[in-house]
Amino acid sequence: MSQAVVAKLKGAFAASVLDVKEHRGEVTVTVKKEDIVPICQFLKDEAGYNFLCDLCGVDYLGQQPRFMVVYNLYNIATKERLRVKVPVAEDDACVDTVSTVWATANWHERECWDLMGISFNNHPDLRRILMPADWEGHPLRKDYPLQGPDREPYQGRLS
Amino acid sequence: MAKKETMTINMGPQHPSTHGVLQLVLELDGEIVVDAVPHIGFLHRGVEKLAENRTYHRALPLTDRLDYLAPMSNNLGYVLAVEKLLGITDKIPQRAKVVRVMMAELTRIKSHLVWLATHALDIGAMTVFLYCFREREAIMDMYEKLSGARMTSNYFRIGGLSQDLPEGFEDDVRAFIEAMPGHIETYEGLLTGNKIWQKRTIGVATISAEDAIDIGLSGPALRASGVDWDLRRDNPYSGYEEYDFNVIVRDGCDTFDRYKVRLDEMRESCKIIAQALDKLEPGPILADAPDVCLPPKKDVVNSIEGLIHQFKLITEGCKPEPGEVYQSVEAPKGELGFYIISDGSGNPFRMKIRPPSFVNLQALPQMVRGRLLADVIAAIGTLDIVLGEIDR
Repeated sequence: MSQAVVAKLKGAFAASVLDVKEHRGEVTVTVKKEDIVPICQFLKDEAGYNFLCDLCGVDYLGQQPRFMVVYNLYNIATKERLRVKVPVAEDDACVDTVSTVWATANWHERECWDLMGISFNNHPDLRRILMPADWEGHPLRKDYPLQGPDREPYQGRLS
Repeated sequence: MAKKETMTINMGPQHPSTHGVLQLVLELDGEIVVDAVPHIGFLHRGVEKLAENRTYHRALPLTDRLDYLAPMSNNLGYVLAVEKLLGITDKIPQRAKVVRVMMAELTRIKSHLVWLATHALDIGAMTVFLYCFREREAIMDMYEKLSGARMTSNYFRIGGLSQDLPEGFEDDVRAFIEAMPGHIETYEGLLTGNKIWQKRTIGVATISAEDAIDIGLSGPALRASGVDWDLRRDNPYSGYEEYDFNVIVRDGCDTFDRYKVRLDEMRESCKIIAQALDKLEPGPILADAPDVCLPPKKDVVNSIEGLIHQFKLITEGCKPEPGEVYQSVEAPKGELGFYIISDGSGNPFRMKIRPPSFVNLQALPQMVRGRLLADVIAAIGTLDIVLGEIDR
């Protein structure tokens, strides 16, 4: 069934779909970041993915492009899931907001900005959410030390 | 026309009705709420970052500390996600699955009891608090018998359970679920027909089904807005498809209906637990997958092979093939999801938790705008948030 949605998506946005993968029965579609808002709108209106479960950033340090933003979608009517990913380059770490498509994206995108340092264009309220407002750096990036900044690396091991 | 002035007041983070360390900046026009801005993060411990630096087995105890009122639900979500990533979902023995369901439902009752106790206390009904905590204590004792800890259970394991049920445990559970429906009647007797309770809850903090889906509400809060969606029935896991239970849906969209939904869910949980007890049969509690499952404790302390086996798994971890999974469970508060990416090493490359409370709290401002200040307290209570899970 997800395959049908992917075929439909490919039909509508042939040039934007970069990759389709299936792992453990879950379908992941990688798309170009320029088209993420129209694609999300399409998936919501035409394919019924009315529920955005989760949105997060992933840091593939050392690879090009460095980041991925991942959207986990759910269709409450057919109970199906779909995952959409967009690659994001380090020197242009911003994506258009999908909070216009699903209001719930608002806080998820704030968290993604806060912890991963990927910003969202046209976001209504892009502030830090979990870290203090004056914090420097983005803790979930792979090059951010586990101990936090300005501290001697812990010489022992994690418990 | 006179200039309209509003007043900004600060509620929390040290405020008993915010259920932890939630800060709300409220803009008030008299007693009417014009806007509410939640500030979170006071309990941020970096669970996701920590998990990236531990093996899969050693990241499990971190999940206890998310929603600390429902630790086993978190454990369940995590182990299911890792099992899916490893591809051993089909190998989980029946007994382990049944015990998982039983404990997850006891956990649901436990979590709902704290919700009811504190929600009622916030609105001014003291007695319910005492009764609910009395019953919760019985579940805490079961937790302690089973795992040795009252809150941070860490009982499930990747591939099954850490140990089998102790002697007499099934009798405890049976006695509890036989008594529980009567207790729920008692709570209802104190609240449902109570005029003060009704005035504080009916029509308060409403949210329509459409808005609720848009803002991402899940769990009982969404079902009280008329959306018939329960992951236990719709995307079953751990054998939930074998149980007969009703999904409670009401369409009042208000605090009262969310209260009714959760009370009825506790009754349904008792039914599920009774079925689980009937299904319980002796058998293995750990999957036959020695390359990923920790060996039983008796092997570790009695044989050198067992010790080496455990040592290897603890230090190097199990290594799922590269890939990614998203697995969610119907936690007491809503959809709890774990999105885990493996790069083929022994540590999760990325673990994103989708905490239901985080998303549900986002609905608070639109639920309280234009309402009285006192309704903010009811709205926080009815959303059933836990800051440990919001801040992670």
